[in-house]
Amino acid sequence: MSDLPSTAKVVVIGAGIVGNSVVKHLAALGWTDIVLVDKGPLPNPGGSTGHASNFLFPVDHNKEMAMLTFDSMAQYEEMGVSTTSGGIEVARTEARMEEFRRRMTSAMTWGIDAELLTPTEVKEKVPFLDESVIVGGFFTPSVSVVDSLQAGTLMRQYAIDKGALTVAPVTEVMDITVADGKVTGVETDKGYMETEHVVIACGVWSPRIAEMAGATIPLTPAVHQMIDVGPIDILQETNTEIAYPIIRDMDTFCYERQTSGSMEVGSYAHRPIFHHPDTIPSIEESRLSPTELPLTQDDFDPQLEQAIELMPLLGDAEMKYGINGLLSLTPDAMPLVGECVEIKNLWSAAAIWIKEGPSTGKTIAEWMTHGYPELDPHASDVARFYTYQRTEEHILDRCAEHFNKTYGIVHPREQWESQRGYRISSFHKRTEALGAVYFEAGGWERPHWYESNEGLLEKYKDQLPAAREHEWDYRWWSPIQNAEHLALRESVAMIDLTAFAIFDFKGAGAVEYMNYMTVNQVDREVGSGIYTPLLTEQGGFRSDLTVLRLGDNHFRVVTGGFDGGRDAYWFNKWLPEDGSVTFEDKTSALTTVGVWGPNARKLVEKVTKDDVSNEGFPYGDVRQYTIGSIPVTMLRISYVGELGWEITCNMEHGLRLWDLLWEAGREFDVTPVGAGVYGTSGRLEKGYRLMGAELESEYNPVEAGLNRPRVKSQDFIGKAAYLKARDEEPAAHMCTLTVENHTSTSGVARHMMGGNEPILTLDGERILDSHGRVSRVTSAGMGPTLGKYLLLAYLPPEYAVEGTDLQVMYQNELFPVKVARVGSKPLFDPDDSRMEQ
Amino acid sequence: MRILTCVKRVPSPGAKIVVTEDGKAVDTNMLGFAVSPHEECAAEEAIQLVEQHGGSSTVMTLGPAEAEEQLRTIMSVGVDEAVLLTTDGSDWDPMATARALTAAVRELEAAGEPFDLILFGNESADSGGYQVGVRVARALGRPIVSGIKGVEIADGEVTARRDTPTGAEVYRLPLPAVLAIKEGINLPRYPTLKGRLGAKKKEVTVMEASREPGGQAMLTLLAPPSQETPTEILGDGAAAASAVVDVLERIGVL
Repeated sequence: MSDLPSTAKVVVIGAGIVGNSVVKHLAALGWTDIVLVDKGPLPNPGGSTGHASNFLFPVDHNKEMAMLTFDSMAQYEEMGVSTTSGGIEVARTEARMEEFRRRMTSAMTWGIDAELLTPTEVKEKVPFLDESVIVGGFFTPSVSVVDSLQAGTLMRQYAIDKGALTVAPVTEVMDITVADGKVTGVETDKGYMETEHVVIACGVWSPRIAEMAGATIPLTPAVHQMIDVGPIDILQETNTEIAYPIIRDMDTFCYERQTSGSMEVGSYAHRPIFHHPDTIPSIEESRLSPTELPLTQDDFDPQLEQAIELMPLLGDAEMKYGINGLLSLTPDAMPLVGECVEIKNLWSAAAIWIKEGPSTGKTIAEWMTHGYPELDPHASDVARFYTYQRTEEHILDRCAEHFNKTYGIVHPREQWESQRGYRISSFHKRTEALGAVYFEAGGWERPHWYESNEGLLEKYKDQLPAAREHEWDYRWWSPIQNAEHLALRESVAMIDLTAFAIFDFKGAGAVEYMNYMTVNQVDREVGSGIYTPLLTEQGGFRSDLTVLRLGDNHFRVVTGGFDGGRDAYWFNKWLPEDGSVTFEDKTSALTTVGVWGPNARKLVEKVTKDDVSNEGFPYGDVRQYTIGSIPVTMLRISYVGELGWEITCNMEHGLRLWDLLWEAGREFDVTPVGAGVYGTSGRLEKGYRLMGAELESEYNPVEAGLNRPRVKSQDFIGKAAYLKARDEEPAAHMCTLTVENHTSTSGVARHMMGGNEPILTLDGERILDSHGRVSRVTSAGMGPTLGKYLLLAYLPPEYAVEGTDLQVMYQNELFPVKVARVGSKPLFDPDDSRMEQ
Repeated sequence: MRILTCVKRVPSPGAKIVVTEDGKAVDTNMLGFAVSPHEECAAEEAIQLVEQHGGSSTVMTLGPAEAEEQLRTIMSVGVDEAVLLTTDGSDWDPMATARALTAAVRELEAAGEPFDLILFGNESADSGGYQVGVRVARALGRPIVSGIKGVEIADGEVTARRDTPTGAEVYRLPLPAVLAIKEGINLPRYPTLKGRLGAKKKEVTVMEASREPGGQAMLTLLAPPSQETPTEILGDGAAAASAVVDVLERIGVL
């Protein structure tokens, strides 16, 4: 402990598991002059780390979360603060057993040992449990319990020993100073420090600290109730911290974890109880600690009955301790990691639980050091939220909705119920009248399919694939999607694409800037559309989007609604400081409709006098045309593999544009088509990759099959790594696989979700590439025209051979698959003649 | 044996108390409520006496409707019945409180058996007036001793022990009697899970308490200035050893 220095390279605020991990990993990466401050005393400053249950269940369906947990476990183990207890999730319902079969699949993907148990087998491991109330269990032997406070102490000590760290406990941050949108210093009650970087690792207080700098960290402090029950003889007799596996009673959203002679019972079943960062009591005002609030017993009582039901011995044990423990919740239940979008060099390391603490600290340190971390932080990136999603109401509504799903069975396609209708396309009135079923895309209400197309099921009954038989596979899906697909391929369709995020870049430096951001050459004729990846310095995918050259010094970027926030951040981060390029977010000002199908040209010809012939308007080009009296930007491109255009106009003209196109399309039976076709079946038949699914920072364009024959002469982010990747034999190739037989052992046809299902050898072995990356399904869906169910997956070269027979695991069963395509050449219309006619 | 324990709902002790801006109340937003610690011990004593001698125990409080939470807490550790004298939530002075409790005791005794023993906590954790037990005993015409850290019952008498700095005073009182119990007499048990669930299902007798005009009224609450405890860091690791020895010698431990 030393006096506060007057300058620092980086000030890390918060000495919980996250802040301690950040300083350790920064020191490991060579940073010096690190200062760690906390308002509270050490080793337990009073945040959520101090009352955490400290157990780690490694199996997660989400890749990022699974990887983070895996790495954290390794770090805890290395520090010697981890005890392997094993963990059993128990099911009281058949629906939960089906979820366990899904968990078995995810366990296989990530290489985690796991098994399904009968009630009797559960009882063998936990003899004081009443097996008659359960129908089975999911056992993970590697579940562990850690000492997170000791881990924090060791990580701090590591940085201290390297001479890199000054620790300042009992030091309150009063302000974060900012100049020109960049962090300059930290004001504390012990003095001011000039600093280049600030990391906010303040858990439930993070929004309050970010606000000091004018930034937002969208989380809410929320209550997680837990009680300590004991002493219990059978536990005391073990004479150790934890001897029995941790039990998660999944259907009651409750867990039981031995702590020496007692049992800790925790709950995620109570009503959502939120607090505000400003009203959390101070250390002095807290009976226990600021994040251990008095238990509101009435909320917990229903759990008591359920706990006694499962473990009768709990009934006679005493409740010694009970708290409304505070933890951080975010609108989508993922952490908040990365540079804050509002302020440069202000880093968010928030909403991170014990199981992600050490690894996320490492991720942030790598990000600060190398410009991007090794593990793709796509789903944790704090930049993913749009402005309206950072408001208190949005945060509280969404957190209230997902809190009780903490142990829930959440379908991969499940849609939010709260906070809907906040981004409405200009076409909404029409799509609604057509019976659109809306899914949320970047906050937008986007038609996923149209109930008005139900009649197409009859029309295409001979070409449609067999109906899906399993409720889980059928959920959040409709056979109408396949019929819409066939209608699009047969004649012409209109697709609402307003969810695109659109940015305009103008200025004298625009060409040089845009070329520095992108892999492919953008210094092409005005009127060119350029599909291009954006890379990290390490050569992995940072984004994947379309750049339109609308003027000599005017570029427009069109990217996916899900990635708009992250991409806006990335483009802004690299904007020249001399003002030679301006950034304008046009998303809310513009609306886009896709018109695609063999009859697309005939349709468009009817509404515009401008030249839409193949010669006058070749594939890939962009034109500023007029439809009726509406100025439009038309881009001849297709994500569904058909002739046609993305037609963009001002938002206020949108409805009229839709009507003009619709009227003109009547004679061709124009079909409104949803994102089920656009994002899945149409895309997969063409083998098109999706950012966040196939395209991640852990893979490069060569592996994804998106490298071009030539490399531009100009420098760009990730160029050196890209050149290197081009010279090397790729460790994996993106492949399209076909499912050869859908029938499960129970005789029911099953349809994979594209949720990281593992691709296995015929011997049932996992497939790892030379970098240790596992082959797993990144996207899945029907190819109705091909009559095949399609899976995308990276495979190492020895398996990436067309015709190779492999297997996919789904819901803990194996199904035969075949490698149908290696690389990006589409299965449907391989020479793209339909698009380019 | 029929034993009555009187308790009070108070802001949970153990943390710095924050007074609301208008100075009229304690800010309990994040605080939670509890039964005063002396009264927890009184309730535990009642349970143990019933366990030894048979009979039943009752807990009574005067307070807002929310005080039912404290009654259920006491029932969850083993007290059989509960009586809530509801107020409008305002602050009642000891005189008014004692009057209401006395009236309730009379009513309860008229309807059933008399209480052999009425237990109070020595003082409440919030206002600490030390008065209510004495006033109730006086009104009922029963003997009372306060500061009690030991209770034994035999042959229609209660023997109560009060610790003093130099030893102990032992009193023998004829039953029925009143005692003001002090923390330390026992270690109150925690509720079991079953106890908690059982207490939730029990009836609470609710009686409306009426307050006569007059008496003391709370004007404003003042939080006392926080007491700074000077802290001196004696050093780090082994280097601190000699300084620690000096201090231990100075305070006469070595």
